[in-house]
Amino acid sequence: MGMQSIGRPTAPVAANASLSETVSGSKGLQQREDLIFEVGAWDKTGVDLPTPKRNRDRLGGVTRGTDTSLPGLSEPEAVRHYMRLSQKNYAIDLGLFPLGSCTMKHNPRLNEKAARMPGFADIHPMQPQRTIQGALELIDELATWLKTLTGMPAVAMSPKAGAHGELCGMLAIRQALIARGEGETRKRVLVPASAHGTNPATAIQCGFIVDEIKADKRGRVDMAELRGKLETTDDIAGIMLTNPNTCGLFETDIKEIADLIHAAGGYFYCDGANFNAIVGRVRPGDLGVDAMHINLHKTFSTPHGGGGPGSGPTVLSDALAPFAPVPYVVKDEDGFRLVEDIEGEAAQAFGRMVAFHGQMGMFVRALTYMLSHGADGLKQVAEDAVLNANYIQSRLKGVMTPAFDGYCMHEALFSDEFTADGIETIDIAKALIDEGYHPMTMYFPLVVHGAMLIEPTETESKQELDRFCDALASVATKAAAGDASLKGAPHLAPKKRLDETRAARKPILKWTPPEPEAIAAE
Amino acid sequence: MRYLPLTPEDRTAMLNTIGAASVDDFYHDVPEVARLDGKIHDLPDHQGELAVERHLARLAAKNTTASEGPFFVGAGAYKHHVPASVDMIIQRSEFLTTYTPYQPEIAQGTLQTLFEFQTQVAEMTAMDVANASMYDGSTSCAEAAVMACRVTRRKKVVMSGGLHPHYAAATRLLCEAQGIEVIQLEHAIDGELELANHVDEETACVIGQSPNVFGTVTDLSPVADAAHEKKALLVSVFTEAVSLGLVTPPGEMGADIAVGEGQSIGNPLTFGGPYVGLFACTQKLVRQMPGRLCGETVDADGERGFVLTLSTREQHIRRDKATSNICTNSGLCALAFTAHMTLLGGKGFKQLAELNHEAACDLADALEAVPGVRVLTPRFFNEFAFETPVDAEAVLAMLDERGVIGGVRASRLMPADHMGNVIIAAATECTTQEDIAAYAAALKEVI
Repeated sequence: MGMQSIGRPTAPVAANASLSETVSGSKGLQQREDLIFEVGAWDKTGVDLPTPKRNRDRLGGVTRGTDTSLPGLSEPEAVRHYMRLSQKNYAIDLGLFPLGSCTMKHNPRLNEKAARMPGFADIHPMQPQRTIQGALELIDELATWLKTLTGMPAVAMSPKAGAHGELCGMLAIRQALIARGEGETRKRVLVPASAHGTNPATAIQCGFIVDEIKADKRGRVDMAELRGKLETTDDIAGIMLTNPNTCGLFETDIKEIADLIHAAGGYFYCDGANFNAIVGRVRPGDLGVDAMHINLHKTFSTPHGGGGPGSGPTVLSDALAPFAPVPYVVKDEDGFRLVEDIEGEAAQAFGRMVAFHGQMGMFVRALTYMLSHGADGLKQVAEDAVLNANYIQSRLKGVMTPAFDGYCMHEALFSDEFTADGIETIDIAKALIDEGYHPMTMYFPLVVHGAMLIEPTETESKQELDRFCDALASVATKAAAGDASLKGAPHLAPKKRLDETRAARKPILKWTPPEPEAIAAE
Repeated sequence: MRYLPLTPEDRTAMLNTIGAASVDDFYHDVPEVARLDGKIHDLPDHQGELAVERHLARLAAKNTTASEGPFFVGAGAYKHHVPASVDMIIQRSEFLTTYTPYQPEIAQGTLQTLFEFQTQVAEMTAMDVANASMYDGSTSCAEAAVMACRVTRRKKVVMSGGLHPHYAAATRLLCEAQGIEVIQLEHAIDGELELANHVDEETACVIGQSPNVFGTVTDLSPVADAAHEKKALLVSVFTEAVSLGLVTPPGEMGADIAVGEGQSIGNPLTFGGPYVGLFACTQKLVRQMPGRLCGETVDADGERGFVLTLSTREQHIRRDKATSNICTNSGLCALAFTAHMTLLGGKGFKQLAELNHEAACDLADALEAVPGVRVLTPRFFNEFAFETPVDAEAVLAMLDERGVIGGVRASRLMPADHMGNVIIAAATECTTQEDIAAYAAALKEVI
């Protein structure tokens, strides 16, 4: 019995009035939280610093004309600000996060602990190499895991995220073509219509031209079209193909595709976003891949952090390995060392992609995860991820429309064919929020109408999957019946549906102080 | 396996529901030559937390940390103190384990912090708008260069002699892949204003840095004027975000695009990453920006809320016509940045900058008192270049033997240049008077 209710235990009271508005703007545990600019003050702080002496300077007059007007908060206020905001977010740690192609799996806390060891977190990228042998050894060890799991001879570690890894692979292809004297003639890159938007965007960033290939009725590359495109020209630089693809399917003809591309004088870039489905079961190196990025923040459990940081090491075939970017780590008799300059052993390197050595903090987390699972556990990861997705597909195929026949890999794809007129994919997605889940990926891939792409990952229990399937089946049944309540969803989220059109029409991208008149009127 | 919830019974029951005999059925589409039957060899099996933690701790112990002794390395990444609450905030599950805020109704936490981040970055840089972050300073710089080419429809970029050589390399790589001509001015400690003499009608932008890689602070206003006269843009770069508390910010110098590294605020060194690229520009260029933008709007009840906006610039909508291929950015590092900045406040931020500058002045005084040492940087914030009569590589190795990590030799950054005896050293609020005395004493012994 708490002190607040001495001798007066509470009991439910039957009441018929429901509270819809509060004076504070909070809704119980959902507390209203203003912007720091509305509550903070310039001279308030949560950091106690010594007072500067201000007795001289060597700035030569290159000083700020106007001080910033940045607001500060004391530590208790700042902590509350971020805690209250955090409660308006959905997260994996709260429940299933079935975003297709995003691999939202559990982020082990041991990874976080390891990344915060001072020996990793408190070392500088430019300190003497003698003093960072453990860091270089870790990079080398992670590289060994990645090369072994993919069956590829080399890996570039510096790319900062998946799309940056794509850039790495495509720049390696560009450099290889230049070395062959075909840099100016081979400009065309084939990209399936189902590809992530980053694929065509990356090809363009590298100076290539994108040529789209259609998907066939089975959700795979249309082989007749591919052959046609390869027969007629000799300007092929390569292909960018996701495998398993964004329809959640293994590209059945992948070996033949690789052979055809190679015979046409091009290279095979594989988007490794969906490696979680095959890790330990299939090595991309056995499929004829020349380059593939690995999203450490997907397959290898480093946290997504609300949009990054990611990490996109890129494995390379023998044909592309000589063109790998600097810096990279090599081991010789004296220990580990960094190759930083484009000369000598790295004379063919295509360049430098970033200031330093890549996402060390993510490397530590990914290696921690790999060591925890081991080779045996990683194979189980892929198998459970695929099993969970097929279970969802199987449980929902009676009430939703699977986009393609047969088993899927790690994600289940549905079209909106089953919905009544007027009900769209977005309504189903938003209704799922009311059921306590983050929605699936919606309207992607583009090759399926009203696509709903569901990736549960291996870190969900059967009970969680059943609960999710029950919830989604109920929403889908309402959608098929044309239930208008879906159009207003979400009803129970911290915010109602937001006006994105208004946001884009007249963008407000930062806080500005209210006009003086407005203050006076308040 | 502790991260896998399915039991053998669950797996059997699920296979029965599906109607599959085993998981092998799901891999039926894999060409036979590429199917792995057993487990992958040459890699260890799974291990418990204790064994894994020991393995990592053993590797970590082989490194010398920046806090262990006198430490003066900068050149693009800086040792600063991060308040304890910052790390606690970014470890909140709701921030740590969520995705890009594509569903704004259940991502207002992330979105509001991004809106606050954008406002803070715009204010610090004195620019109109900032995006929700890039990978790091070097990739921000490269993106700024190609953005300037889109805006001006020109294909020539001029980089100053003080631009961090790694930033210059990342920029050159992206530009050359797109057929953009890149001109690099000769490395110079105090040569940023030279950019004004290299702008013509074909120049898309000039890229200058302050403080530059040698620590030199420069008012780039004359460069901005020269660029604008030819309808070119000024891209203003910084690698030390703390400098903006004291030094003339890009917006006050007439920069059109400001880019830089945000690591110094809220983020540990971590051997070079993950960091957070800052990217800001003038209002009229906003629709050509790369990366994500968070904007204010209202929900169906008319309440204020935030969403990702202007996504028609981005790859997931525009595909081959996008302004950049960037997707994942540095969300959690941006959160660390904004939380640290909120704790500092404007006054605290300025004070932090002053403390950094004073530490560097003290260091310069102490080193200049060593016979043979000459400070080369004429105006600096918290980092400067100096020269000794001895080869810098040898000096740094001898300092290391004496427990002092003395900085970065210029020749590591500019291998082809004739700066063999030049060392770039940084001091921050973490630098103590004892550290400075130890540096001066050790340097006196070795030169």
